[in-house]
Amino acid sequence: MKKSLDKSIIIQEALKELPSPARRLFLKRTLTLGGLSLLSGCTVTDEESAERMLMKISRFNDDVQAWLFDPNKLAPTYPESMITKPFPFNAYYGRDKIPEVDGADFLLEVSGLVADKHSWSLAELYRLPQTDQVTRLICVEGWSAIGKWGGVTFATFLKRIGADVSAKYVGFKCADNYYTSIDMPTALHAQTLLTFTYDGKTLPPEYGYPMKLRMPTKLGYKNPKHIVAIFVTNTYPGGYWEDKGYNWFGGS
Amino acid sequence: MSLNKTVIHPVWLRANHWINLIAVVIMVLSGWRIYNASPIFAFSFPKQITLGGWLAGALLWHFAAMWLLFFNGLMYLFINIVSGRFKARFFPIRVRDLLNDLIAALKGKLAHDSLYEYNAVQKLAYLFVIVDLILLVLSGLVVWKPVQFPLLRELMGDYDNARIVHFFAMVALLAFAAIHVVMVALVPKTLIMMIRGR
Repeated sequence: MKKSLDKSIIIQEALKELPSPARRLFLKRTLTLGGLSLLSGCTVTDEESAERMLMKISRFNDDVQAWLFDPNKLAPTYPESMITKPFPFNAYYGRDKIPEVDGADFLLEVSGLVADKHSWSLAELYRLPQTDQVTRLICVEGWSAIGKWGGVTFATFLKRIGADVSAKYVGFKCADNYYTSIDMPTALHAQTLLTFTYDGKTLPPEYGYPMKLRMPTKLGYKNPKHIVAIFVTNTYPGGYWEDKGYNWFGGS
Repeated sequence: MSLNKTVIHPVWLRANHWINLIAVVIMVLSGWRIYNASPIFAFSFPKQITLGGWLAGALLWHFAAMWLLFFNGLMYLFINIVSGRFKARFFPIRVRDLLNDLIAALKGKLAHDSLYEYNAVQKLAYLFVIVDLILLVLSGLVVWKPVQFPLLRELMGDYDNARIVHFFAMVALLAFAAIHVVMVALVPKTLIMMIRGR
């Protein structure tokens, strides 16, 4: 586990070096109408200013969504008969790249604005009060699927680690080098679960073993799988897709 | 007749119309790109005519232009209703006029002698597109925020169905636009009017 974590940190570091060329690619792609420039004779500077404007509006949309988000409003739940079978596998890589995490010596790292920073074994996590729910997962691409996830209410976990719930963000690092972050009100929502099971069985690798944060109030890319570290912070942590231009709040 | 009285389309309406066109074009072209990420039906829109380059880019455009469409539409409804123009221009619509005008239109004999008044078919078409745009906004709200708008979600028949409603409302908007452009081409004076106001 230690070894795989080191590897993940190295890749995380390497990814940090990526943003500028990746962003430039994003710029070029955003304004393009198919292969043609939207405005003829449009210079890169124009594209950059259009891109900046779009990103500003996306940040504004984060604020609007935070304002629209009602912590007491529950996402619809469904009968088990409506569960989508088979539940689709989805990641930024193919099935052959699904990370293999060894549960026996697994430790979940906890850091940032929390009172108790000890790392959690899976056995400890499984001893927390467990619940489950059947909800609809909506992908940013538009498709949706109904599934049943079980685990501990995330608010309960945050309380156990003595998290500063007045902090702005909760960030997640994953064994597949995915990373994302959410707002505190969503982290504390009654249906936000740190899940260890899918459809009553231990979460299989394709759905995010050893754990997935499941939020029916957010789009799929905000629901991280294979979580290895959780941190509470006031510094905007971004996310894998969010840094490429997807909306950060990503709420449903 | 004073100049003021000859103005058929006040300046706010003309500005509103062209802003709406820009918003609709951005919404439709980026919407097609979003549709392509997970098509509802067995076809995709040709990439060359979509906006945004990839899903994230299309979403950025879509969720930016939605404000333009929304506030411009709200402004249209507000000024139109408060000024009394809405009632004066669109009502009453009589079924008999509608049938007569429809038959005349199909025969290619629809009278355009007075541009100061909408004929019954026009009234219905413009009311239709207003309602359709409202439906686009409401179904779009459900696709965007199904958890936050439970009543709308149930009215649309849950998330997946809201996508279908959103799609067909777009198709209806395009059908309107196609007929609208053909009619304008047949009576080019109306285009000048939407630019100069008279």
